[in-house]
Amino acid sequence: MSSATIESTRPRVDSAARTAERAVNNRITSTRPEEQSATHASGKANPIAHLSPEDIESIGRELDAIRDSVMSTRGADDANYIRQTIKLQRWIELSSRGVLLFSGFWPAFIVGTAGLTVAKILENTEIGHNILHGQWDWMRDPKIHSSSWEWDFASPAEQWKKSHNVGHHTYTNVVGMDDDLGYTILRVDPAQEWEPKHLIQPITNFFTALIFEYGIAAYDLDVKGFKEGTKDKKEFLSDLRKVITKIRNQMGKDYVLHPLLSGPNFLTTLAANAIANTLRNIWTHSVIFCGHFPEGVETFEVESIEGETRGEWYLRQMLGSANIEGSEVMHVMTGNLSHQIEHHLFPDMPSNRYKQVAPKIRELMDRHQLRYVTGPLHKQVGSAWHKVIKYSLPNPSPERSQLGQVADVLAGKAVRAGVALLHRTQRRQYRRALAA
Amino acid sequence: MGRFVNALVTPLLPGDYLDLFHPLRKGADLRGRVMAVERHSSSATTVTIRPGRGWSGHRPGQYIRIGVEVNGVRLWRAYSITSRVGQADGLITITVRAIPDGKVSHHVLRNLRPGTIVMLDQATGDFTQPSRPPAKVLFLTAGSGITPVMGMLRNHQFEDAVVVHSSPDPSQMLFADELHSRASRGQFRLVERFTSTEGTLPVSSIADVVPDWAERIAWVCGPTGLLDDAEAHWEQEGASALLHVERFRPRIIAEGEGGSVTFTQSDVTVDAPAATPLLDVGEDAGVLMPSGCRMGICFNCVASLTSGAVRDLRTGETTQAIDEDPVLIQTCVSAAAGPCSIKL
Ligand SMILES: Cc1cc2nc3c(=O)[nH]c(=O)nc-3n(C[C@H](O)[C@H](O)[C@H](O)COP(=O)(O)OP(=O)(O)OC[C@H]3O[C@@H](n4cnc5c(N)ncnc54)[C@H](O)[C@@H]3O)c2cc1C
Ligand code: FES
Repeated sequence: MSSATIESTRPRVDSAARTAERAVNNRITSTRPEEQSATHASGKANPIAHLSPEDIESIGRELDAIRDSVMSTRGADDANYIRQTIKLQRWIELSSRGVLLFSGFWPAFIVGTAGLTVAKILENTEIGHNILHGQWDWMRDPKIHSSSWEWDFASPAEQWKKSHNVGHHTYTNVVGMDDDLGYTILRVDPAQEWEPKHLIQPITNFFTALIFEYGIAAYDLDVKGFKEGTKDKKEFLSDLRKVITKIRNQMGKDYVLHPLLSGPNFLTTLAANAIANTLRNIWTHSVIFCGHFPEGVETFEVESIEGETRGEWYLRQMLGSANIEGSEVMHVMTGNLSHQIEHHLFPDMPSNRYKQVAPKIRELMDRHQLRYVTGPLHKQVGSAWHKVIKYSLPNPSPERSQLGQVADVLAGKAVRAGVALLHRTQRRQYRRALAA
Repeated sequence: MGRFVNALVTPLLPGDYLDLFHPLRKGADLRGRVMAVERHSSSATTVTIRPGRGWSGHRPGQYIRIGVEVNGVRLWRAYSITSRVGQADGLITITVRAIPDGKVSHHVLRNLRPGTIVMLDQATGDFTQPSRPPAKVLFLTAGSGITPVMGMLRNHQFEDAVVVHSSPDPSQMLFADELHSRASRGQFRLVERFTSTEGTLPVSSIADVVPDWAERIAWVCGPTGLLDDAEAHWEQEGASALLHVERFRPRIIAEGEGGSVTFTQSDVTVDAPAATPLLDVGEDAGVLMPSGCRMGICFNCVASLTSGAVRDLRTGETTQAIDEDPVLIQTCVSAAAGPCSIKL
């Protein structure tokens, strides 16, 4: 297939015939059960039922224009921004590590730990995440380039780019395709099948937050895919080796070398590093958690992305993401993922420009009666956590209470396990009888 | 010790931190600090640069590649070094003539400021004199093509040299005062030509101004036309062995409809239509192509374009490889715009 038609930035564009077919039934469909029916006949609760395919494509063109207006004016100020941010981060890290040499003295411990936490957060968010998205590739600086950058995080940049940029940014919030939807361990949407493990997901999620970087590393490594046989063993082992090397280097630096350098303050420096890494983990977990899980964010069916047009893709990104409101410092500390909606629309736009396009996106969404999900950090975190708790139980059903359903599933499991055990015992007895 | 320091700063390198303090130190990527920017005319600028500690010097006539940030984008261009070799202050100079629409040359003319750090490469090029300059020499230059020759004139003594130099008019003649004073001191015979009034000097009539041209070893530098004509003329006269040329720009690549693409590391060449992403072209030809989203957002498909031109299918803009400066392109949204090579 070497003749893909190209239109705009979206290589695989649908034929006119398909667009016409869609006029009857626009296909970005919500998977929320209570709205499921609405997507067919009445179209009432479907978030985009009021939009015609022409509207959708015109939104797409409008967004392309917004994108172009920024991308064509990238320049020295932007380059200066990322260079200064990197410089600042390195100064903070260097001085914090310097202060931590004296971590036995408690004020040094506090200042150093705080500084190191800030440095690690900046490094992961505004710098690492965004460089790895190719936001700064246009500068043609091989040191600030998505193909060469490595970050202070357990997951090697290469593996993260694959799973994040491809799996997540391409299939944003498509149930069953975007594994970021709960990271394969959480149930955050009613369309995801309930399993008994989800009962304890508030606890799982809490611990995931503490060790977020390792969770992401395992996730990027696709441990699940390997177990289920969808990831090639050779590839898995080679990736695994890379992760282990990366983690060993990271741990060696934070938990052995810098503590050693502190001499008598070995233990306090080690503690400072552990605290900084953990706080960074909790922070990045919360930010990412707020990006797609707060109440009001839509999820999509697999069918809705077949032959998706650029306009539809844009809509899915807008409706599948949530922003965080707050101060300038908060925006920078989240790596401007507080502008998650804008980031998902334009993942390779330099992050310092998201705040500039945000009002335009909001206006466009308001004008088309699309919900621009946003709120202050505490509200968004709370809302996402609420989902984690809510969906730890099966969907409510008129026939059976939620706890009843849990009991049924557990009972079913217990019965199956019991039967299996019985079988095994019987077989053993039978064999023994034979042997006798 | 080195390993210990590396492990302390992983995943960065010690140099990333040292750059905060001393970007010109020994062992760093070669950089230079712009010390002075001096404008000569409406279009020419001489830039004085202090190269980093790793600088290993140059021979007269050689050039350096300079990476400057123009509007935030790092662009590399080559410039001949005009200064004396081994100056006590360790500085080098280049002279840049702004060409119409020239990105770097205009940036140098208008926006480059003393104090700026630029990227550098070591000097290179074989447009130089042998260890003992020949007895009879001819320099044939036009416009900014005088720069490498100026480097030689400032560094060598010649027994018998002629400089034939063309400029549009006296006001735009580079190094005019210095050329006149050196000529009056007898370092060489100077033949000036002003093309706006006299027209260009046809290379075939070089004998009119330098009758013994065929006895001289020649160094020629200037616009493409001059170089092409000189090569043709010297060859026709069976004197190619006496000729050295320096080209300032590659031959123009015609931007056709598509073109043949070479994947250099896989050693595959295929014809690519103008509208097919190179990613598809490569995959169809069995090349192991890195890829991801296939829609221009993930940058997993980035590869370096080492020669030729590609068209960004999204904007219709073309990107051209410059020999010294391979460009990274996204294969999933770029198509061939004429023959090109991708390092994959
Ligand atoms: C070995 C070497 C030594 C050089 N030494 C010098 C020097 O000492 N002084 C100096 O001023 N330049 C020198 N050059 C040329 C220089 O490298 C740049 O090509 C030049 O400054 C134009 O760059 P730009 O970014 O301004 O133009 P670009 O933005 O790259 O080009 C703008 C337009 O001009 C055309 N163009 C590109 N180069 C030239 C050219 N040389 N003449 C006419 N049109 C061109 C392009 O095709 C394009 O259409 C040298 C080049 C080489 C290869
Ligand atoms: S594969 Fe995604 S940018 Fe090319």
